[in-house]
Amino acid sequence: MNLLNGLKEATNNMKITLKVWRQKNNATKGGFKVYPIEHVSTDMSFLEMLDVLNNDLVRKGEDAVAFDHDCREGICGMCSLYINGKPHGPQQTTTCQLHMRSFKDGDTITVEPWRAKAFPVIRDLVVDRTAFDRIQQAGGYVSINTGGVPDANEIPIPKKIADEAFDAAVCIGCGACVAACKNASAMLFVSAKVSQLALLPQGKPERKERAEKMVAQMDAEGFGACTNTGACEAECPKGISLTNIARLNREYLSASLTSYEVEVKGGD
Amino acid sequence: MNWFTKLLSSTLGRKVLMALTGLFLILFLVVHLIGNLQLLHSDQGQAFNIYARFMTTNPLIKTVSYVNYAIILVHIVWALLLTIHNRKSRGPEGYAVTNGSSAWTSRNMGILGTLILIFLVIHLKGFWAEMHWGGISTVTYDNEVYKDLYTVVDKAYTMEWYVAIYVVSMIALAFHLWHGFISAFQTLGLNHSKYNGLIRFVGRAFAIIVPALFALIPIWMYLDK
Ligand code: HEM
Ligand code: SF4
Ligand code: FES
Repeated sequence: MNLLNGLKEATNNMKITLKVWRQKNNATKGGFKVYPIEHVSTDMSFLEMLDVLNNDLVRKGEDAVAFDHDCREGICGMCSLYINGKPHGPQQTTTCQLHMRSFKDGDTITVEPWRAKAFPVIRDLVVDRTAFDRIQQAGGYVSINTGGVPDANEIPIPKKIADEAFDAAVCIGCGACVAACKNASAMLFVSAKVSQLALLPQGKPERKERAEKMVAQMDAEGFGACTNTGACEAECPKGISLTNIARLNREYLSASLTSYEVEVKGGD
Repeated sequence: MNWFTKLLSSTLGRKVLMALTGLFLILFLVVHLIGNLQLLHSDQGQAFNIYARFMTTNPLIKTVSYVNYAIILVHIVWALLLTIHNRKSRGPEGYAVTNGSSAWTSRNMGILGTLILIFLVIHLKGFWAEMHWGGISTVTYDNEVYKDLYTVVDKAYTMEWYVAIYVVSMIALAFHLWHGFISAFQTLGLNHSKYNGLIRFVGRAFAIIVPALFALIPIWMYLDK
C-alpha cells in the first residue's frame, strides 16, 4: 500500500504553467492566457492534461479551451497544437501520443494553434484544415471501378515500389508540415498524396492530371512555396521523407510539359 | 492561361526558375573565378588586362554576358516574388515561440541574397562600370593598347574597407551556396540515393572553395603591397 502511494505521488507531482492561445472566433482578436496546473501526472498524454485543465475551467464557469482530437492513438491526424515552438511538441509524434514525462516539473509550456493563411483559426487552438480536403478532392483519388478482387500477383509490383508507396500513404493529413514550415508550405502533404498514387499501377492513368490539379489547388489555397528547409520532414509524426517532394517536383514538371489540356464537359 | 504561363506562375514553376537561374549563376561563378585568378600573375596585370579586354569585346562572350545579366535579374525578381508570397502564407498572426529544426542558411536565403545583391552593386560600379564607361588609363603590350583595369582593381584592394566588404560578401555567398547548391537539385526533382551523396559532397565543397578563392584574391593583393 505504501509502495503504491509512493508511486502515485512520484507521478502526480508535476506543476506546470500553460500559456494558451485563446480566441473566440476568426473575427475577433486572440491572445495568450496563463493557467497554472497542479498535480500533472507524467503518464498523462498532453491532451489528457488539457482535459484536466478544461474540467477545472468548466467547474469555475469559464469556457473550456477548444482543441482538436479524435482517435487519441496517433492515426487520425486530428490533433494539432504548436507546443513550445514545435508542431506536436518536443517529440516527433502526434500530440495525443506526447506524454507529460517529456516535460519537467515547473515548466512553462506555450501552446499555439497551427499558423497558416490557409488554416484560419476557428476557435482557440482549433484551425480549419479543410484546405487539405479540397486538395485531396482536386485529384487525390483513383477514379475507376475496382470491380471484383483481382488474382493475387496478377499485377506485379516490386517490393521496393510497394514500400515507397506505403511510406507515403502513412501521411495522416495532420498539417504539422505546414505548421513547421517558415513558408507554411503544404508540399510534404501534397507530395505524399501524389506519390502514394503515382507509384502504383492503379494511380498511373491519372498521374499527370492529378499532379497538375493538386498543385493548382494547393496554390489556390494560399500555401507557400518550398524552400527545401526540411523543417517539415523533421516534424512529421509519420516520417514522410523529402524524397516525396522531389518526386512531386518531377511529377508536376513532367506533367506540365507532356500532359494534354483536359477539357471539362458539363455533367450529363 | 496557357500551359507555359500556368507552369511559371505556380509555386513549383517559380522555384524551378530559381533553381535553373541559380545553377547558371553557379557556372558563371566558375568562369568569373578563373578570370580573377589572372590577377595573381606577377606580371603587373598583363594577363588580367588581356583577359578583361577579351571578356568585354568578344561577341560570343558579350552575348553570354547579356544572358547572364538577364538571369541575375530573373533570379532576383523571382526571389522577391517568392519571399513575399511565402511571408504572406503564414497568415495574419505569427508564432510567439519558434524552435526551428531547419538549418539557418535555408531559412535566410533572402537576407543572404540581399547581401550578395548589395555587393553586386558596389562591385559593378567599381569595376564593371569603370571598364565600360570610366576614364580608365591605358597600357601598351606588344604595340597594342589595353585598358588598365588591373590598376583600378589593385588600387581598390589597398583600401581595408573594400577588402572587408569583399570578404564579408563572399561569406554570405558561401552560406547562400551551402543551402542553394543542393536545394536546386531537389527543386528540379533530382533526389536519388544513387547520387545524393555526390550532389551533397560537390555542393558543400563548391560552397567553401569557390567563395574562399574569390576572397583570397583581394586579401592576397592587399598583403602583397
Ligand atoms: C552569384 C550569385 C547567386 C547564386 C550563384 C545564387 C544561387 C542560388 C541557388 C542555387 C538557389 C537555390 C534554388 C532552389 O532552391 O531551387 C538560390 C536560391 C535563392 N536565391 Fe540565389 N543566388 C545568387 C544571388 C542571389 C541574389 C542576388 C538574391 C537576392 C537578391 C538571391 C536570392 C535567393 C533566394 C531568396 C533564394 C531562395 C528561394 C526560395 O527557395 O525560397 N540569390 N540561389
Ligand atoms: S506529411 Fe506528415 S506532417 Fe504533413 S500532413 Fe502528412 S503526416 Fe502530417
Ligand atoms: S487524435 Fe488522432 S492522431 Fe492524435
